[in-house]
Amino acid sequence: MMVGGRSHAAGAGRGRPWTFYALAGLFGLFLLFLYGPMLVIYLLSFQGPNGGVTFPMVGTSLVWFADIVKPGQMANIPASFQRSIALATVVSLVTVVISVAAGLGFRRRFAGSGVLFYLAVASLVMPSLLVGFGIGLGFRVLGLDASLFTSALGAQLTWTLPFGMFAMFAVVNRFDRSYEEAASDLGASAWQRLIYVTLPILMPGIIGVGMGAFTLSYDEYARTTLVIGTRNTLPLEIYALISSATSPTLFAIGTVTTAVSFMIIGVTLWAIYRIQRRRAASAPSL
Amino acid sequence: MGRSDEAGSAAARFDVELVAVTKRFGTVVAVDGLSLRVPHRSYCCLLGPSGCGKTSTLRMIAGHEAVSDGDILIWDRNVTDFPPLRRGTAMMFQNYALFPHKSCIDNVAFSLKMRGVRKAERHARAHKFLTLVQMEGFAERLPGQLSGGQQQRIALARALINQPQVLLLDEPLSALDTFLRVQMRTELRRLQRDLGITFIHVTHAQDEAMALADLVVVMDNGRICQMGAPHEVFDRPASAFVARFIGGHNVLPGPRGPIAVRADRCRLGSASSGSYLRGHVSTVEYQGTVVRVALATELGEPVSAIVPDHAFFANPVNPGEYVTLVWSESDAHPLGATVC
Repeated sequence: MMVGGRSHAAGAGRGRPWTFYALAGLFGLFLLFLYGPMLVIYLLSFQGPNGGVTFPMVGTSLVWFADIVKPGQMANIPASFQRSIALATVVSLVTVVISVAAGLGFRRRFAGSGVLFYLAVASLVMPSLLVGFGIGLGFRVLGLDASLFTSALGAQLTWTLPFGMFAMFAVVNRFDRSYEEAASDLGASAWQRLIYVTLPILMPGIIGVGMGAFTLSYDEYARTTLVIGTRNTLPLEIYALISSATSPTLFAIGTVTTAVSFMIIGVTLWAIYRIQRRRAASAPSL
Repeated sequence: MGRSDEAGSAAARFDVELVAVTKRFGTVVAVDGLSLRVPHRSYCCLLGPSGCGKTSTLRMIAGHEAVSDGDILIWDRNVTDFPPLRRGTAMMFQNYALFPHKSCIDNVAFSLKMRGVRKAERHARAHKFLTLVQMEGFAERLPGQLSGGQQQRIALARALINQPQVLLLDEPLSALDTFLRVQMRTELRRLQRDLGITFIHVTHAQDEAMALADLVVVMDNGRICQMGAPHEVFDRPASAFVARFIGGHNVLPGPRGPIAVRADRCRLGSASSGSYLRGHVSTVEYQGTVVRVALATELGEPVSAIVPDHAFFANPVNPGEYVTLVWSESDAHPLGATVC
């Protein structure tokens, strides 16, 4: 950066300390550990028709992907996928409605708000399997059948609601109250204020919470497994598949679910980016 | 554009009247039995240090803060328990609070939309107000695309479109740089005259209050220390606090209690005539037309003389010199013993 090298700063600027390389190496190993197995699975999902679940690859094909949609003897992947998407959608909607309401409500301290808050988020630290077990037991005691939109929905909400509320509290914390006061000042009723001012301004955060809840629900296993009843969601179906049979179909499912997750995240980020860009755009073009 | 021609206006005694208004936050008293009458079509500045209760007072007038005790009247109507819109007030917020997801014209037309005015009509009316604040070319922009000064104009148009009887401004110039501040100040005053409505403007800057107000209300600790025309307050500060806060004064011990002497009435000279005080020059500040010479004296409190530049350069002094501050007895203004 400097010609001549007489400046003593040049000595300090030359090269990085050895700790940088040590930590970079450690981080590289972590990335390998994180993505290596997944990469292997993505690769093997394109295994040739005569190949197995391990290397070497015997040609490449898409037969295992085609296999997913064939109702198999042991697993019905398309049906469980539909159930998972339906459940995740409902979970996401319920989480958004309750989290937004709670986030707006908790802006004002009220008697017992602290206790209520800790009660609401306590299920984040409860052992997930036990939560599911308790709910399953409760349904049995009450003589109710465990099913997708009763016990499973409830069990997943014990997980997505505290998460959604935490996220909404953070979003709402940054919300400037004077927007609402300005709306009231301009004659908006409480409803108009909510619809035309508060919700649109909070929208990026709300979309984030909705999608977060969706993905949490979509791959939830521990809470759901004991309360799902007779019809499995996708993660449960996959688990059943793993324990009963192994074929590259499993890998194809992994590839597809990963693609679905990334698609959801991508669409969400794109939507938030669009909204924020629209608001913060500083380009003077009309 | 004002509502001065409406029935009842002639009968109203004041545009805004506060009667023993008190605001308590828990055990803290933010505004303490404050009474104030703002005459018709006046520019009123609430002036005071931060935490003096001026913003709470404004927010109570606007209806964004509940009144703990007392009454608020606007045009002789007791509006104490009214929601903001029914008070006939409009507020301009310190950060402008423009809706970031709405274009400028939709921001300005917001209150019309809430009342169910059709789009074509509300945009036509919003355009008029954008023109009023010289922002007609920015209708489709989003607030994030505007500078601070431009955002303020939009906020002003948005507040005025309801044709309020009283416009409330919360530190409207504090976010602007010095140049814009002076420019907007002139414009606010012009708008207030043109619209013929009352403006109540909260500020902590005494120069702003002096330049704008018909009525300056100096506040401290939730109370009014002094109110009156700017020149009355400046010429005859009621207390040591007021004299210090509005600046340009030396608070000095007099024969019968503390006195205030305007710094521009003090000279550097010899102790032959009038009253005097000796001290070392601590700072010399050249300010163009005048030079401010600050002295460190045994009083502890800094005192200064504001000397015309030609007088200073005829007899210059340097920091560290031992000099005498002189003033004439007729310029000494006795200060009241009030708390604030």
